[in-house]
Amino acid sequence: MAILVIGEHDNKTLRPSTLNVVTAAAQLGTDVDILIAGAGCDAAAQEAAAISGVNRVRVADDPAFADGLAENIAPLIHGIASEYTHVLAPATTYGKSILPRASALLDVQQISDISGIEGSDTFVRPIYAGNAMATVKSNDALKLITVRTTAFDAAEQSGSASVETVSGGGDAGLSKFLGEELTRSERPELTTADIIVSGGRGMQSSENFAMLEKLADKMGAAVGASRAAVDAGYVPNDYQVGQTGKVVAPNVYIAVGISGAIQHLAGMKDSKVIVAINKDEEAPIFQVSDYGWVADLFEAVPQLDAAVEPS
Amino acid sequence: MKVLVPIKRVIDANIKVRVKADQSGVELNNVKMAMNPFCEIAVEEAIRLREGGQAEEVIAVAVGPSQSQETLRTALAMGADRAILVEADPSPEPLAVAKLLKGVTDRESPGLVILGKQAIDGDNNQTGQMLAALLNWSIGTFVSRLKVDGSSVQVTREVDGGLENIELVSPCVITVDLRLNEPRYASLPNIMKAKKKPLDVLSPSDLGVDMSPRLEVIRVVEPPARAAGVKVSSAEELVDKLKNEAKVI
Repeated sequence: MAILVIGEHDNKTLRPSTLNVVTAAAQLGTDVDILIAGAGCDAAAQEAAAISGVNRVRVADDPAFADGLAENIAPLIHGIASEYTHVLAPATTYGKSILPRASALLDVQQISDISGIEGSDTFVRPIYAGNAMATVKSNDALKLITVRTTAFDAAEQSGSASVETVSGGGDAGLSKFLGEELTRSERPELTTADIIVSGGRGMQSSENFAMLEKLADKMGAAVGASRAAVDAGYVPNDYQVGQTGKVVAPNVYIAVGISGAIQHLAGMKDSKVIVAINKDEEAPIFQVSDYGWVADLFEAVPQLDAAVEPS
Repeated sequence: MKVLVPIKRVIDANIKVRVKADQSGVELNNVKMAMNPFCEIAVEEAIRLREGGQAEEVIAVAVGPSQSQETLRTALAMGADRAILVEADPSPEPLAVAKLLKGVTDRESPGLVILGKQAIDGDNNQTGQMLAALLNWSIGTFVSRLKVDGSSVQVTREVDGGLENIELVSPCVITVDLRLNEPRYASLPNIMKAKKKPLDVLSPSDLGVDMSPRLEVIRVVEPPARAAGVKVSSAEELVDKLKNEAKVI
């Protein structure tokens, strides 16, 4: 069985999500290729070649692939999919944009956001915001799958795969990338951080988030937020953790002023240890927390900041 | 320009789902159903385009059981002009839904199809992308800002790293994210008026689509439960627990 992993990258560096997907792919077979579709993406391809367990990196270098436009990349996947039994992509906004388009072109019913593999055609995936786990068997000859990255460990990076070029796809003439406004931060990335300090509606303002950022910096943590905090404009959209935001599973998730709606829990309940700080002792977040502290966050957070040792 | 808005009837977002004892799925009997929250945002955006003069007609379309007519009536009460139900199994797969929607799109020739980025039951996040593929149209996924100016469509997408701006060739498909708009509530007079708006019913065979499922649900189970832990009463106690009990910092 040959498996194709769709590598996620920004041409210069490979996104860590690719490492988790390679681990999932390795559970299906030993013949794992990675597709790097980009423009001037040599560096990303070299990084992919260093992932342990990868057989071959296939590079499609074309200006049309520079910005991850699904209209241009999906036909490329369509063109080479017949060489594989499985095509896997991370369940990130990148993978979610591209893979369903390729699936429809291939007339395959994609399996989204898998968190477990029971066999070459049988997979476990969360449904209803993770309130139920479905085991599904695919009867399509080819399987297209997006992978929940937090459910699989990152692959090691001590391999040396061959790098080859591949062609196909190109500018479909349907869409044009205009620009991006990315959040720049020195903090760890939310989806791979060991510690996350996350704020909710209880933070009350954008300014008050500085308190969480200070604590996060002291602990070497990433900063997250609930939907309520993002909707209120306290922090940018890429902070959002939840059913429709990012799914995270750090060693410690510190929920501050977050009540714990099921949509938020869906994004963080696989964290190893959950800490909740909330003044409402009835808040649902306490039902899933390992350590709950009923306190006014404006007093508790500075106290916690003083009590932790710098990382 | 016509705008087509595919919508889905799902368990109300505020209800905690229960898994059936026979592990065949989740309990849908006697459970409050509602329009998928992302679909409400899609309906709202389409109505705003008509109110802003960029669209002439808003057509809501649902794929699902006959009770989906209630969901379509909600869309009509919000302001959609007419509705189409493609009567199908309660949980058709996204690829089959996309094929049905392609059939409806071919019949109606809209300039824009707006739908939710995902349904909160299956959490698949596929249908819009698949529809755009089958139509060979451009797509903006996870859209938090939409600007339609004649045949030019510009969208802002919420991506993992922040925001991204894309220009799409019309006609196109848009899947909407949470922050695109605040959907309106239907007023009582509009609910009454919606009862008189046209609602056509089609079957998958009318559209020539084979609905045979590709996936087999082997079982549906509860996720592993997390037990509530202990309460702490000071920062020192919390840090001590994290360091010496959980050993995570």
